[in-house]
Amino acid sequence: MSRFLEARPDLKAGRYIAVTATLVCLAALPASAGQFGLGRPALPEEIAAWDVDVPPDGSGLPEGSGDVLTGEEIFAEKCAACHGDFAEGVGNWPKLAGGWDTLDHDDPVKTVGSYWPHVTSVWDYINRSMPFGAAQTLSADEVYAVTAYILYSNDLVDDDFTLTDQNILEVRMPNREGFVVDDRQEAERHFWTDSPCMENCKTTVEITMRARTLDVTPETPSAAQPETAVTQQSDATKALEPAPDPELVAAGEKVFRKCKACHQVGKGAQSRSGPALNDVVGAPVAQVEGFRYSKAMSAAAADGLVWDEETLGTFLAKPKAFLKGTKMSFSGLRKAEDIAAVIAYLKAQSD
Amino acid sequence: MSDDAKGMAPSRRQFLTGAAAAGAGAVAAGAGRAAAPDPLITEVQDWASGLGDGVDVTPYGLPIEYESDVVRRNVEWLTADTISSINFTPIHALDGTITPQGCAFERHHSGAIELRKEDYRLMINGLVDTPLVFTYADLERFPRENRVYFCECAANSGMEWAGAQLNGAQFTHGMIHNMEYSGVPLRTLLEEAGVSPQSKWVYVEGADASSNGRSIPLEKAMDDVLVAFKANGEALRKEHGYPVRLVVPGWEGNLWIKWLRRVEVMDQPVESREETSKYTDTLANGISRKWTWEMDAKSVITSPSPQAPVTHGKGPLVITGLAWSGRGAISGVDVSLDGGKTWQQARLAAPGADKALTRFYLDINWDGAEMLLQSRARDTSGYVQPTKAQLREVRGLNSIYHNNAIQTWWVKANGEAENVEVS
Repeated sequence: MSRFLEARPDLKAGRYIAVTATLVCLAALPASAGQFGLGRPALPEEIAAWDVDVPPDGSGLPEGSGDVLTGEEIFAEKCAACHGDFAEGVGNWPKLAGGWDTLDHDDPVKTVGSYWPHVTSVWDYINRSMPFGAAQTLSADEVYAVTAYILYSNDLVDDDFTLTDQNILEVRMPNREGFVVDDRQEAERHFWTDSPCMENCKTTVEITMRARTLDVTPETPSAAQPETAVTQQSDATKALEPAPDPELVAAGEKVFRKCKACHQVGKGAQSRSGPALNDVVGAPVAQVEGFRYSKAMSAAAADGLVWDEETLGTFLAKPKAFLKGTKMSFSGLRKAEDIAAVIAYLKAQSD
Repeated sequence: MSDDAKGMAPSRRQFLTGAAAAGAGAVAAGAGRAAAPDPLITEVQDWASGLGDGVDVTPYGLPIEYESDVVRRNVEWLTADTISSINFTPIHALDGTITPQGCAFERHHSGAIELRKEDYRLMINGLVDTPLVFTYADLERFPRENRVYFCECAANSGMEWAGAQLNGAQFTHGMIHNMEYSGVPLRTLLEEAGVSPQSKWVYVEGADASSNGRSIPLEKAMDDVLVAFKANGEALRKEHGYPVRLVVPGWEGNLWIKWLRRVEVMDQPVESREETSKYTDTLANGISRKWTWEMDAKSVITSPSPQAPVTHGKGPLVITGLAWSGRGAISGVDVSLDGGKTWQQARLAAPGADKALTRFYLDINWDGAEMLLQSRARDTSGYVQPTKAQLREVRGLNSIYHNNAIQTWWVKANGEAENVEVS
């Protein structure tokens, strides 16, 4: 208490009151409680906005509910591009279903069903961080529904199941008991050796494996040689087009970050969960070879739709309104200047 | 990649390039006598006659173009995309212990965000007397400390569990950096809010979309954890959590929350996605260890190594590397030239420092015979870095995280080096 008073010059005048006052009076002081008097009290609305974590006892879960079938629809629209229609994972993206009884095998498959110990963590993570690139856009009911669908994909609930804040703790995760607290100090006690071997530690040494055999190391480039002047070649068509506004292109590059989770553009761009976007402006829709477009997009291609600035702009403003059934889960760019910028950026990119 | 290129291993290409760059003169130097006067000495060079850049050419300097290969690099096949991904510090090309921010590895779960100091808020809530909100300017008014610590991703060397895989110290051991942090002890901020007696944990989370929330025991939070805003004297880089990150000395990098926005004092851990489905270590029997926070003592020879072959032939050779421990300071490093049959003590560039990188050297007169180079770290807790066989015996092959086994580089007579495993 005395330390508190001495370190708070603003309270020194009130020393008599503070010394005789009860804790209730102190708590009512407008400034913070600490030694430095820095910061300000957090408002209840602020705490409610940020304090959304859900520990295993379910505290912090909002009221709500969602059923498997609703979850399946949301999942197909917003999650399947990376996680697959059946939560099986696309490419290197996380598999959310399957992998049961593989944890003691070589290369165990760790999914929500095979590995996650708490259903609360699933709810918490979807609520806070998914969908990838559009975190915190799902309502509480939608999070319950998507969680229900993932549980269903793992055969943990039936297809008529509705997950709610009331029954969520009744869901038993198969690997709940599969964890032990770090026991290295006991299990690896023999690594604490007072005098490690210095001589004649083994009789023979044989090479048993070489990294070369696998050959999975990226190439190491050598330092750049002094650059030789590169003269910009401009063919006839390019010369006719007005030069792109570098500021707009730079702004577009920033906007494009929202797209990067699924799309690549520029030199060496490849299709990921979305198609590569080189030369997309001015091209017919669904032109990237090998990419699995939605039925809706393929139909638009058959109708001869072309991605000019107008069609692309409308699409980017609200993808699903422009093309119902598109696999692109992005909700759209709200600002017209962002749309103009990102189109300028796309036009400036090529392979 | 063309078929031709594929047939040729990367380190060999690198080796040949390196050897060619070193030039024939390097080999002749061993003989001690030049065949002809060196024109670099006898002829007036452009740089000795003309003028260089003025002071305003690079208001913020970057490495000269001849060092443009000393950069962070990604292993594309590791992750689905580059946003939720990791790259690697070029430790094979660095010396000393401090990692320059510009080439210190990055690991993001939803990309490196841009957050202005003016928009920065840090909330302390939960089991406290007064939940508080701090601005960046508030943080600068608390007494602060300067400390050097290593930050190692729990998955560093994770690709090597099942066998020698990546050919380069950057890729096998580059998920590490070591910086001098300036920041406020988390303890100071927690005391400012007033921690309730029933508190046992803090939950820390970032402002980015992943939030990357993790639970840390209150004891650690009140010990040496820093809320840092400067690294190596300057503002944190965006990719390392500008403007404020958490520094959790000796513990796995995933706990070092970037863009730190909230610390919640709790009586239980959250058991978030990042501390259950990830950053848990599965043993051979299928049971997984959780809360494996401390980084075990570890070391690696950074040169010679596959990306840093010996190009000068036999004679004086500097063998150097890095050692570290999450349980204290490095007390010594042993180096073996014969795959672990015999060991000799390396010279530490400076006495080991608590939870920070230690640089070691072994200066030898190389006879040109092939070597199986290994290093073995010892720390102040008495822990000795284990072999791969010893580690696998306890943990199996599926741990992913916390692989601190002894690394072997096979240095061939021509100076080329390869990542291998030995019996």
